[in-house]
Amino acid sequence: MNLMESSNKYIITFIIIMTVVAAVSLAGMRELTLSASTKNEEIFSKRSVLLTVNDYLGKGLNVNDLSDDEVLKMFNEQVEQVVLNINGEVVPNLLAERIDLSVEKKKAEADRLLPLFVFKNEKEKFYILSVRGSGLWDEIWGNIAVKSDLNTIAGVTFDHKGETPGLGAEIKDNPAFPGQFIGKQIFKDGEVAVLVRKGGSQDKTYEVDGISGATITCDGVTEMLQRGIAYYLPYLETIEN
Amino acid sequence: MVEILEKVKIEEKEPFFGTKEKKLLLDPLMDTNPITVQILGVCSALAITSLVYPSIVMAISVTLVTAFSNFFTSLVREYIPKQVRMIVQLVIIATLVTIVELGLKALNFPIWKQLSVYIGLIITNCIVMGRLEAYAMANKPWRSFLDGIGNGLGYGAILVIVAIIREMLGKGTLFAGSPVEIKIIGNNATYLIDTTTSTMFGWYANNNLMVLPAAALFIIGILIWIHRTINPKLVDIS
Repeated sequence: MNLMESSNKYIITFIIIMTVVAAVSLAGMRELTLSASTKNEEIFSKRSVLLTVNDYLGKGLNVNDLSDDEVLKMFNEQVEQVVLNINGEVVPNLLAERIDLSVEKKKAEADRLLPLFVFKNEKEKFYILSVRGSGLWDEIWGNIAVKSDLNTIAGVTFDHKGETPGLGAEIKDNPAFPGQFIGKQIFKDGEVAVLVRKGGSQDKTYEVDGISGATITCDGVTEMLQRGIAYYLPYLETIEN
Repeated sequence: MVEILEKVKIEEKEPFFGTKEKKLLLDPLMDTNPITVQILGVCSALAITSLVYPSIVMAISVTLVTAFSNFFTSLVREYIPKQVRMIVQLVIIATLVTIVELGLKALNFPIWKQLSVYIGLIITNCIVMGRLEAYAMANKPWRSFLDGIGNGLGYGAILVIVAIIREMLGKGTLFAGSPVEIKIIGNNATYLIDTTTSTMFGWYANNNLMVLPAAALFIIGILIWIHRTINPKLVDIS
């Protein structure tokens, strides 16, 4: 290497030119990919909403087999988007897909908004609630589809930011874990009773089996469900009456 | 006479793709493998090798980043001020990694989501900076580019080998999440090897240890052992 011992003026000029080149190329790349990645993100989250009612799509359809356009089409035709405030009142002119729970979580409890998706097939209506909480390492979140009796779970999906693969990450990776929630009852005497039990479920109406080695993540799921679903209680009570 | 000889020599020295270039490309696959011989980039190899498909995407990303950062660094190597050498290298690497990440987010969102922070962490992958310091700062752009490709592929090869072992034994699938499906041996309902279900041979119980990062450490250790047994001259180098 025959590098020169350079003057300050040269170094500063070099750094400025380098920064400009880097900034321009990054900005260009972002502009180039922005529309595609926004669309991808939208399809990804809509897919995970539809996945909760996967058993009720009709015609033997499966969300994982649908193409991106079919997902968007189904979402437009069969899903109604509602935004609620913390008192269970509908906030008009807002789309549920625009509500980001990670942002809402940072607001004061009274100012939070809740997204609600209502999926309709030929026979039934499903209310899809979104919840967000903490696992062992980072945030976890999920969608819960409730049947029209406002008590029975039709399906759930979970996702996480950084749980341990093979342990906490099983809440998403192992379809058997979210699968356990199907058919469970949520409410007991007006309180959220559904939970993940370490060492195996006892009351099969409300409880699902925990994952060995992932106790904190599972406790996080329980906490997230009980707190998250409780936010929707005022609204669910109004539609029940 | 001497002048002509020198001219011939120079022309001979610079073929576009000669033995030297071939060596640059192939050596990192075996004799100077970044993971098993140089022991660089092990951290990401532990973290993302539980599935084959993300490993392949990661390997391609690292190959692109090493190749192009080598190329650009080599291109400006004579103009880089000595005092800020490392900063310049880091800016080049970081820019390229961000470009790769943005591209991946637009092209294959689920995989981007799955690899999460590890694409960004290519910036800290020792292979990239190691090759810049060891090779690109002293060599011409084309050769530096090949050196980057070679090292990226050497890294990727180990990544994919480890991932194949871990995914088969740990999850019972292969290429999960990708469009690739392999269904062979047996008839319609009971394929002996079916890469889409979670028990590949029908009788094998998945070993959860293989999914944990610790398993990757064992497998890489065994690979290093095998590599050194096959090629004893490696033992003396380190």
